[in-house]
Amino acid sequence: MSSAPENNGRRRFLTLATAVVGGAGTVGVAVPFIKSWNPSEKAKAAGAPVEHNVSKMLPGQLVRVKWRGKPVYVVRRTEEVLAELKDGHLDQLKDPESKVVQQPEYACNSHRSPNPEYLVVLGVCTHLGCAPTYRAGDFNEVVEGVKNGFFCPCHGSKFDMAGRVFNNVPAPKNLQVPPHMFKDSGTLLIGVDEGDA
Amino acid sequence: MLANIVSWIDKRIPMTDTFNKHVGQYPAPANFNFWYFFGSLAMLVLVNQILTGIWLTMNYTPSGADAFASVEYIMRDVEYGWLLRYMHSTGASAFFIVVYLHMLRGMLYGSYQKPRELLWLFGMFIYLVLMAEGFMGYLLPWGNMSFWGAQVIISLFGAIPVIGDDLTLWIRGDYVISGATLNRFFALHVIALPLVLVILVFLHIVALHEVGSNNPEGIDIKKPKGSVAPEELSKFKYHKHYSDKYDIVDAVPFHPYYSVKDIMGVVGFLFFFCAVIFFAPEGGGYFLEKPNFEPANPLKTPEHIAPVWYFGPFYTILRVVPDKLFGAVLMFGAIIMLFLLPWFDRGHVKSIRYRSLAHKINMTQFCICFLVLGFLGTKASSPLYNFLGVVTSVGYFGFFIALFFYSKNEKTKPLPERIAH
Repeated sequence: MSSAPENNGRRRFLTLATAVVGGAGTVGVAVPFIKSWNPSEKAKAAGAPVEHNVSKMLPGQLVRVKWRGKPVYVVRRTEEVLAELKDGHLDQLKDPESKVVQQPEYACNSHRSPNPEYLVVLGVCTHLGCAPTYRAGDFNEVVEGVKNGFFCPCHGSKFDMAGRVFNNVPAPKNLQVPPHMFKDSGTLLIGVDEGDA
Repeated sequence: MLANIVSWIDKRIPMTDTFNKHVGQYPAPANFNFWYFFGSLAMLVLVNQILTGIWLTMNYTPSGADAFASVEYIMRDVEYGWLLRYMHSTGASAFFIVVYLHMLRGMLYGSYQKPRELLWLFGMFIYLVLMAEGFMGYLLPWGNMSFWGAQVIISLFGAIPVIGDDLTLWIRGDYVISGATLNRFFALHVIALPLVLVILVFLHIVALHEVGSNNPEGIDIKKPKGSVAPEELSKFKYHKHYSDKYDIVDAVPFHPYYSVKDIMGVVGFLFFFCAVIFFAPEGGGYFLEKPNFEPANPLKTPEHIAPVWYFGPFYTILRVVPDKLFGAVLMFGAIIMLFLLPWFDRGHVKSIRYRSLAHKINMTQFCICFLVLGFLGTKASSPLYNFLGVVTSVGYFGFFIALFFYSKNEKTKPLPERIAH
């Protein structure tokens, strides 16, 4: 080494070049390791729409339907509930007019659904993903003056019968409305809507 | 014969020298007390977790369809499977108990202060990896609490602006928690994180032996070379790595003095450990939670969802903040505060024995807040608990902030020259 001619500039260049090439190689090798954590083709394919027969649902009843592995809540709402959604408790809501896009356009109304009678929302709290509990008739224990709603057991978030979130709870957004449509008056399709059909 | 074998090895790898440097002739302060049991106990529990963990993988099936049943198979049909599993599950909680006490020891005696900052940081990384181990291990039985606990914690990353939703999707590997998530957690839990953990423990001990052990008095047992009269020097022989550089006083060699003392600690620990394993393996619903005895159900969150007790304090901090992003930030912030403790404390007196009344009060309120936060984390939320949660969260963060201010010009008691023992 001592007899080698000293050329620090060239030595620095070679060190840098080696580091850059090695660094690029490391980044390249990291790609398959990171990408392999993405959902597999099999997981992506498991998102087919599901059908649910609503003709036998009683007024006020909630049914859980599994769609893409998540719970979808289907509730048949009464006239009384619908009237309240229109002009009751609006001042207690974070986003009463559903301005944040958590629903298809056809569900951007006071009842957040194409068919006022049926609420179709993901039963996944927008805070940390728990399934809120349906409190029929005794929701006024958690929100005074509102008889029906959803209460999340995890961190106490509250939603009304259109899945709209109340003020002063950790959940930031309304419950998500999945794309859905009625094939005929008694058959609900979750996962597709008129646009796809 | 034996001497020949040892000599043969020593010419090829420094076995005897390393043993002497770190065990047989390592100078440890002579005044270690009860609080100094927990480092060696943590190592014991680590060995327990690795051994029982390896044996559990021999019968466990990491798949969404079979995981729950395979755990029941271990519990009912595998010979002594129940014992191995209870040793592992109780070991997880025991790990956090001894690590929390070990950390409290460091806080009481200022063992994080200069020059032990890096030692503290390695310890904090160990704690962080342990939390990841505990969290991922809890998903593996695929019970309903496993499922929803993971759902909540992974969703925390969804609070990060812009990339949050894609990040949670990437972590889960599916649109919901599924077998894909279970399998990757299994891989991390049994291979990746244990490797990291063992490396960190190694670094923690190397760093400890470089700077030397602190002690309840918080004063140094290594004095400048030549500053101590020969008759005052510790009577024992220490490795030249230490004795060439320093005059060592008030010390004993780690082995046999503390190795034997630590065996006493092990006996005491095993007494409680075995009592839990054999008489209360579920730890009253705190070590193994009741909803976890039914299989994961993606359609139904357990009525009362709570993390395992050792996450309680941080979970409460998350819960009392009525904002998703800010709650998650404060929760992670609570752990970052602990990392930065060596820099929050600007004092030069280490041990609480010689620090101000303000510090003693601050330490006490911190411990109370931590315990109350932990308790609240296991309870359902109510207005009273929420209020208590806010107060104790303020106390938790307040500890560090107050410490930063009063430690600069703290009125401390004079330190003794030597350890009285």
